[in-house]
Amino acid sequence: MALAELEAPLLAPPCCLPVLAAGDLAAEAAALAAAAGPLVETLPDGRCRLSLVVETLDCAACLPEIEGAVRRAANGAEARVNLTTRRLMLGWRPQDVALEALLQPLLALGHRLAPFDPATRDRALEQERRCLVRSLAVAGFAAGNVMLLSVSIWSGLGDDMGTATRGLLHWVSALIALPAVAYAGRPFFRSALAALKAGRLNMDVPISLAVILSAGMSLFETIRDGEAAYFDASVTLLFFLLIGRLLDQLMRGRARSAAENLLALQVASALVVLPDGRRQRRAAAELAAGDLVLVAAGERLPADGRVASGSSELDVSMVTGESLPVAVRPGSPVNAGTLNLTGELRIRVSKAGGRTLLAEMLRLVEAAEQGRARYVRLADRVARLYAPAVHLLALGAFVLALAQGLAWQVALMNAIAVLIVTCPCALGLAVPAVQVAAVSRLWRRGILVKSADALERLSEVRRVVFDKTGTLTLGRPRLLGAEAIAPADLTLAARLAAGSRHPLAQALAAAAGPVPLLDRPLSEIPGYGLVARLPAGEVRLGSARHVGLAEDGADAAPALWLRRPDGSLCRFAFVDAPRTDAAETIARLRRAGLEVELLSGDRASVAAHTAAALGIARWRAPCLPQEKLRHLQALAAAGERVLMVGDGLNDAPALAAASVSLSPAAGSDLTQSAADLVFQGEALAPVAEAVAVARKARRLVLQNFALAIGYNVVAVPLAMAGLITPLWAALFMSLSSLAVTGNALRAARG
Amino acid sequence: MDVLIYLIPAALLLGGLGLAAFLWSLRSGQFDDLDGAAQRILFDDEGPAGR
Repeated sequence: MALAELEAPLLAPPCCLPVLAAGDLAAEAAALAAAAGPLVETLPDGRCRLSLVVETLDCAACLPEIEGAVRRAANGAEARVNLTTRRLMLGWRPQDVALEALLQPLLALGHRLAPFDPATRDRALEQERRCLVRSLAVAGFAAGNVMLLSVSIWSGLGDDMGTATRGLLHWVSALIALPAVAYAGRPFFRSALAALKAGRLNMDVPISLAVILSAGMSLFETIRDGEAAYFDASVTLLFFLLIGRLLDQLMRGRARSAAENLLALQVASALVVLPDGRRQRRAAAELAAGDLVLVAAGERLPADGRVASGSSELDVSMVTGESLPVAVRPGSPVNAGTLNLTGELRIRVSKAGGRTLLAEMLRLVEAAEQGRARYVRLADRVARLYAPAVHLLALGAFVLALAQGLAWQVALMNAIAVLIVTCPCALGLAVPAVQVAAVSRLWRRGILVKSADALERLSEVRRVVFDKTGTLTLGRPRLLGAEAIAPADLTLAARLAAGSRHPLAQALAAAAGPVPLLDRPLSEIPGYGLVARLPAGEVRLGSARHVGLAEDGADAAPALWLRRPDGSLCRFAFVDAPRTDAAETIARLRRAGLEVELLSGDRASVAAHTAAALGIARWRAPCLPQEKLRHLQALAAAGERVLMVGDGLNDAPALAAASVSLSPAAGSDLTQSAADLVFQGEALAPVAEAVAVARKARRLVLQNFALAIGYNVVAVPLAMAGLITPLWAALFMSLSSLAVTGNALRAARG
Repeated sequence: MDVLIYLIPAALLLGGLGLAAFLWSLRSGQFDDLDGAAQRILFDDEGPAGR
């Protein structure tokens, strides 16, 4: 389902357009305030605080506009807009002003707001970021100062620097470096400890070892007045590695907060009709079985239930993948998440909380996630080989030196020198630097990467499974063969259709272009169609039954019928149009060596037609969510790496079972949280783009590993021979890190 | 080389001041909205007390 109002809210929203009529403002503000009620925090000093997502926040000019509007609305009210996260923090005193009064001027400016639940924010991620930034600051300070002292030592070594001066400089270095290592190394030490406890080796184990050993040995050398202290190596190593880790984390945090905003915008509320006839706006999560809910045309159903009164048509494509609207009348069972198209409905809620269709899908998603094999990241796979190799080499250097008859202290020095020069500085940067460059490139194209290893998994994919409605297609019908229809018929039908919210009618109106409005009263019979009385006679537009024909067959394409004043009929056929670049994107994926498959919840005839039009040979329809899930699980069991692309609630379990998954930003919220990547906009090209960037990133990561290993091939023999001095160690390390970072930046280009 | 006795502490003190200032600005939320901070300088201040 591609709902226009959810398209591309982050990249290209219309800039601050005043959209609402003044009369609706108060009601809108009241509804928003009611929905936000449970999320308002009360501070100890009696002030209230609320966080809101501002979807329409795009240009910087909105900042003073929003903040000024709130300040003018009430004395003592404050607002602070965060342009990076697109969120607004409101603060006010409840005794001075009601929340509605603060929200109303913002709505009047044309902003779309949604209350944001701070509990859904990933606090752990934020704390990690703060810890990393502080560590980076400390490591940077220490690296700069220790390097300054080291340069003095190196330039004095050959000349006339006395041992006392050198000793002093070493001691000062130790005083700076040791606390800095203890503080800034924590992110690595923690992760290394966790890995060791679990009996695994990751990249942080050799990193921690190299940092601790180089600092420890330098201290030992300093105490016995030796020449070789590697304090600079150990703090610069930390500094470089922390840069890589922080960049990685920032990029992930940015994608995460964008995804959180998308979800906050979709939180549903419901208008409950109380037994005494009053109406009350309530969060969908607080509905109970037996409640009577009023759903206007154009709204989404907040809960599962049965129609109590009214009749209408429902767009169920988000739930089942079926592209044709379904007619409902009193007694029909209806599902949460479906869109009410034509008439007002009263729904008696039958299931709420943990027993809705949504909850069932959620259970399937969780089960599928547990079944998914834990993916081992490339860097960790390398670390598994790398760490033992390094430790064996160090042992070899120790034994070799002893065999040559050197003292054990010298032998130990050589062994530690091996550990320091093989320090995985370049290796530690190899993956995050490439990922940051690749993820930021995807970000600019409107693709959010939510999980850290999604790109790696994406690069290994050999098969792509698409959902149809809302994914390959836009989920919006388009008039078929408009040129074959007499212009007079089209104009007449469009004049009627312009008055309806039904998707077929809207498609018809869009196809006809601007037409003169009807000057006669128009009535809409929910589930049937439109009637207007023109001077020439009655005109009807709607279903076959509406114009007096027998029902269409169940397999017929969606169609509207027009009955002209003289009683003759005209048929308008529609098709759920594929995204404009769908065929091209699928061809591109094919050229990249991927097999493409279609799994649809829609009827077989529609799925076959779409598959043929887009050049997809393998398709399967109609599929229940469980069938989609089983199909993905079977592929996984056969060892296939599959990319699943889907948008509907019914796709969520399959998305979780696939080795990597993509969802359009207009998809259901469950789908977006199950997917690893979310793409925005009306084009399908992001799918091919994401695969291409992931593959390029993998190539660059492998190149970086090769660079790092090549550097080790040169440096390790020198270290084993005991020829590495602190100066050489610092030089090698910086050069390899620069080479790897420079190579990684290529992922952002081209 | 006696000059080192006070040059090294002076260098460390200045560096340490910079570090402390950075950590303070981080704690007081000045790095929370980098995009917004870059734009705010362009707007006239409209404080609660007016201008």
